[in-house]
Amino acid sequence: MIERPIQFYFRGGLRQIAGPSPTRTVLQYLREDLRQTGSKEGCAEGDCGACTVVLGELDADGSLRLRAVNACIQFLPALDGKALFTVEDLADADGLHPLQQALIDHHGAQCGFCTPGFAMSLFARYHSQPDCPNRAELEDCLSGNLCRCTGYRPILDAAQAAWQAPRRQWDSAPVAAALRQLAALPPLHYRAADGGESFSPRSLAELAALRQQHPAARLVAGGTDVGLWVTKQGRVLDSLIQLGAVTELKQIAEVDGQLEIGAAAPLHDAFAALSQWTPHWAELARRFASTPVKHAGTLGGNIANGSPIGDSMPALIALGATLRLQRGDVCRELALEDFYLAYQRTALAEGEFVRAVRVPRPLGEFRAYKVAKRHDQDISAVAAGMQVHTNAAGQVSLARLAYGGMAATPRRAEQAEAALLGAPWSAASVRAAMAALEGDFQPLSDARARADYRRHVAAQLLWRFWLDSQGQAGHRLDALAPISLEGC
Amino acid sequence: MRADTPPKPVGHALPHESAALHVSGAAHYLDDLPELAGTLHAAIGQAPCAHGRLRALQLDAVRAAPGVRAVLTAVDIPGDNNCGPILHDDPLLAADEVQFYGQPLFVVAADSREQARQAVRLAQIDIEPLPALLDIDSAVAAESWVLPPFEMQRGEVDAAFAAAPHRLSGQARVGGQEHFYLEGQISYAQPGDDDSLHVWCSTQHPSEMQQLIAHALGWRAHQITVSCRRMGGAFGGKESQSAQWACLAALLAVRTGRPVKLRLDRDEDMSATGKRHGFQYQWQAAFADDGRLAGLKLEMASHCGFSADLSGPVNDRAICHLDNAYYLDALALRSLRCKTHTVSNTAFRGFGGPQGMFLIETVLDDIARHLQLDPLAVRQANFYDSEPGGARSVTHYGMPVTDNIAPALVAELAARCQYAQRRQAIAEFNAASPTLKRGLALTPVKFGISFNATHFNQAGALVHVYTDGTVLASHGGTEMGQGLYTKIRQIVAGEFGLPLADVRLAATDTSRVSNTSATAASSGTDLNGKAAQAACQQIKARLAALMVELAGGGSADAVRFADGQVRLADFSLPFAELAMRAYRARVQLWDSGFYRTPDIHFDPVSKLGRPFYYFAYGAAACEVAIDTLTGESRVLRADLLHDVGQSINPALDIGQIEGGFVQGMGWLTSEELYWRADGKLMTHAPSTYKIPTAADVPAVFNVALYANANREDSIHRSKAVGEPPFMLALAVFFALRDAVAAALPAGAPVQLDAPATPEAIVCALRAGSGACAG
Repeated sequence: MIERPIQFYFRGGLRQIAGPSPTRTVLQYLREDLRQTGSKEGCAEGDCGACTVVLGELDADGSLRLRAVNACIQFLPALDGKALFTVEDLADADGLHPLQQALIDHHGAQCGFCTPGFAMSLFARYHSQPDCPNRAELEDCLSGNLCRCTGYRPILDAAQAAWQAPRRQWDSAPVAAALRQLAALPPLHYRAADGGESFSPRSLAELAALRQQHPAARLVAGGTDVGLWVTKQGRVLDSLIQLGAVTELKQIAEVDGQLEIGAAAPLHDAFAALSQWTPHWAELARRFASTPVKHAGTLGGNIANGSPIGDSMPALIALGATLRLQRGDVCRELALEDFYLAYQRTALAEGEFVRAVRVPRPLGEFRAYKVAKRHDQDISAVAAGMQVHTNAAGQVSLARLAYGGMAATPRRAEQAEAALLGAPWSAASVRAAMAALEGDFQPLSDARARADYRRHVAAQLLWRFWLDSQGQAGHRLDALAPISLEGC
Repeated sequence: MRADTPPKPVGHALPHESAALHVSGAAHYLDDLPELAGTLHAAIGQAPCAHGRLRALQLDAVRAAPGVRAVLTAVDIPGDNNCGPILHDDPLLAADEVQFYGQPLFVVAADSREQARQAVRLAQIDIEPLPALLDIDSAVAAESWVLPPFEMQRGEVDAAFAAAPHRLSGQARVGGQEHFYLEGQISYAQPGDDDSLHVWCSTQHPSEMQQLIAHALGWRAHQITVSCRRMGGAFGGKESQSAQWACLAALLAVRTGRPVKLRLDRDEDMSATGKRHGFQYQWQAAFADDGRLAGLKLEMASHCGFSADLSGPVNDRAICHLDNAYYLDALALRSLRCKTHTVSNTAFRGFGGPQGMFLIETVLDDIARHLQLDPLAVRQANFYDSEPGGARSVTHYGMPVTDNIAPALVAELAARCQYAQRRQAIAEFNAASPTLKRGLALTPVKFGISFNATHFNQAGALVHVYTDGTVLASHGGTEMGQGLYTKIRQIVAGEFGLPLADVRLAATDTSRVSNTSATAASSGTDLNGKAAQAACQQIKARLAALMVELAGGGSADAVRFADGQVRLADFSLPFAELAMRAYRARVQLWDSGFYRTPDIHFDPVSKLGRPFYYFAYGAAACEVAIDTLTGESRVLRADLLHDVGQSINPALDIGQIEGGFVQGMGWLTSEELYWRADGKLMTHAPSTYKIPTAADVPAVFNVALYANANREDSIHRSKAVGEPPFMLALAVFFALRDAVAAALPAGAPVQLDAPATPEAIVCALRAGSGACAG
């Protein structure tokens, strides 16, 4: 690959970056190198959203797609071939953007430090969705933006008012034209002044070759985990292989009756497909991370970094998902539950990478649950994926109960599954399985929950699954509205 | 109480004065200021254990690291190695003894922030570990205090217990809280000539920063100027806690002769700065059949951390708020200020008041369940008398309650939110719902306004009128998002009858207004508004005299400033023209203003007096639901009614009410501090410490102001609003308790700790099974 600078669209024109380390973040570049200080650093780990910026990319149909991401954990090579928008871009010759005006009119800023991030999350949505989002959609849109002053109500009101105000037209054609120009450049091989380098292959073949040539290079997909290695742990990564430009890795398609999701497909896209594919996935998708993290982060990354508390794995294991692993031009398949060997250790061989995950349709009843201290954007205390299928005789013929947060890796509850297999799908069987579950896990106590609570909740989720399988209403908190006095 | 209509734009719901800058990213926070050439960036080295003796600090590799220009340890501090605001027990850099995990040991200045942070990692730290006390229980057992225990007795407690028909005892605990201001701690020190220093600091207390920097350098106050234009949130966390970073930046700047910026990373900020005090309580109550308290015995222990910081006044305010809106006839109190090997806890919105109120609300809630009465009825039975001078109208600290609107306010809210009908409907729902349970609670707030320490209740302002008629106002208060500058701007514009655009606020600066108090205790507008008004009125008096001269007669009292004009009978001039004429006539066009709150006094030893100028009131009714399987909860509806007196700016006041409520909700639900067994704070970033998000805000959220002008002569008869609404969130917690109670046998005690995380709720539901320990 030919060395060249990072090139992207910014402030109305094309811009190049040559020199900085490939792990310099977009936020450092904006604030320190360009002194564009509208985007703020609140946490440097992608949790508070004060740094939110918007990236523009061309969709397959050539239209411009805008996505809010956390600039504090995006490395500079992620900008290559894209358009970058920050809060300084919002106002134009006509004055403030309707979103900005509405935030003023509705008193949506107090200290104002988080405000640029809120504005950018809303900006991406405003120009992607002409119809006013409802309250739940706005909450999702803002799930990655923390405000400590306002209590959010005025921000939500402001957002709705902005959509109702006369619409701000925005001609994205020049941006799209610039992006097409950038697409004609060769794949990025970036070399920094300090010797650090970064590759952005565009095809699987290029990736497979690079992976073997540079076995020590760190694969980076969305950077929502690797970013923190740098910003929080101070780790020095000399060599990166970026997966975001590999077209095949972003594909999502039905293959042999299964849903195949490329490892570098953003979580947002993967979850949209899974929600279509599998009933009840949407509930997990809503609570999984924040919107900016779902835009940047990938399903392959969530799987491959091997965290015991990744939220997607229990649900995928319950569905019987398999991984397609590739090394050179050799592919192999592995059941997802066999991928995890020990704490943060996986079955990936040197030079191998996750190419895709394949998800069969559930045979029987399927649910995914997440229990955390906070509803949105929190790491699970316990996550669970459950699938049960019964035969004509009403006996359980398939039981896949997988848990996260209960062990060093995401794992199936073998004793509980055994208690169910062959038994009638009944309250008594479920109670027996809940008791058997006691023997399946020895969870830890940590900041998210104590061991005893984890054990308790793991069993109670099985009970919830039973209630859900019976189609009973009235046991789900999310569906509850304030008490109504009508008829009293 | 009715008051005169204040001059516009006072009373108008105007946007924050920086709103247009906020939404554009154009508001300069400290890290956004253009950097001076040669600026160095600093980073701190922190202790990796909770308690120990520092045997060796090997920093050669740090000094040799790329870009490093200076490394300081305790021995390099020329003046006092201290940033304690009251006692002298808060080292800037630990010298011999490490007192908490994360305590700063050294500080590095380098050409870039990245270089400074990388260099810090090269230190070799050798600490001989010593036993550590990490929580209230172990500190109480070891009788480890930052300040001596305090005891208070009122009335005949034993007699009250002997005579009362009912007695009940209990214990409760409430956790601490991280401020999580979005802008972390930051200071930028710029050396000047002739041994002077200008320090930009994100602080609520510039004057104290000035003094502590002077002490650390061994300098005198007039060598140092501290400025702050705005903070990205503070909430009490930048009152004393900004000092350490200001002092370290100043020391490095003087050592290197170069500008030095010290901005903490979020993890450093959360591990090295103090938080709200967690409290534990043991109580016994004696009461009548209707739940009215006859006597209360109480031990209240607070988690202070390794140093005193502001823990004395925080605990005093907790004592002064353990009555909330209720009369306490007989009280025996023991207040323990526990010293632990954790970060030193500090001011946080409410300043001990929330912890005091938490206790009395718990007691009344338990009494109600014990008697199987509606908790609201028990609360109402315990209110202070509505009329001054009644038998139940003096607080336990000796202050008559003369402005009690709690009974009327609570009755109005109960009617508005249909409390009784909804309570009935919820009982019916719960009876038919085995898994989900709803809860409803209505709790009042009565919060004392003024610093307990009488001498802090003073403020200054400096107002300039320029010859083109524009005005620049300065005052001693700081802007942290609460809208103080906006309100002062409205007050000043109202005095001169000018449009807002003609009035600007200058950055708060110790060289403009000196010896200021912290912007704290909700007092910013009360104190600085009055001081700014006084300055304006002195200028106006001179202008009025000039108007009489120019008009050739008339009374100065008849001069009116309105709509950009100054009028005396038929004679009028544009304000700008009058300003120019005043200049030419050699009339002073600027002045200072000073204000001291009248009629307050407090004995810090006996804790008796009239510490507060007045009380601010409010009430909240909250409906919640819990999932009894997992303990997850949601706040479904909140109705808030709050007293801000005659509002200077209703939009800002509602913003404080809503924001305070949601912040309080976080304290009591999802915000949990968790320390590992070795004393390391594991909830050290937003990934692990969970403040509310947009999805946590109740879908039905009704907020209203209670019509009520302040009876005292406060600025335009308004009331302070920064802290009181925080405690409206107690209704969320007691609604959760109500929901838990609905899942337990009738009358069973509810042992729910705060924060009411899913885990805490499950523990409360399983209480008695012995499943939940610690």
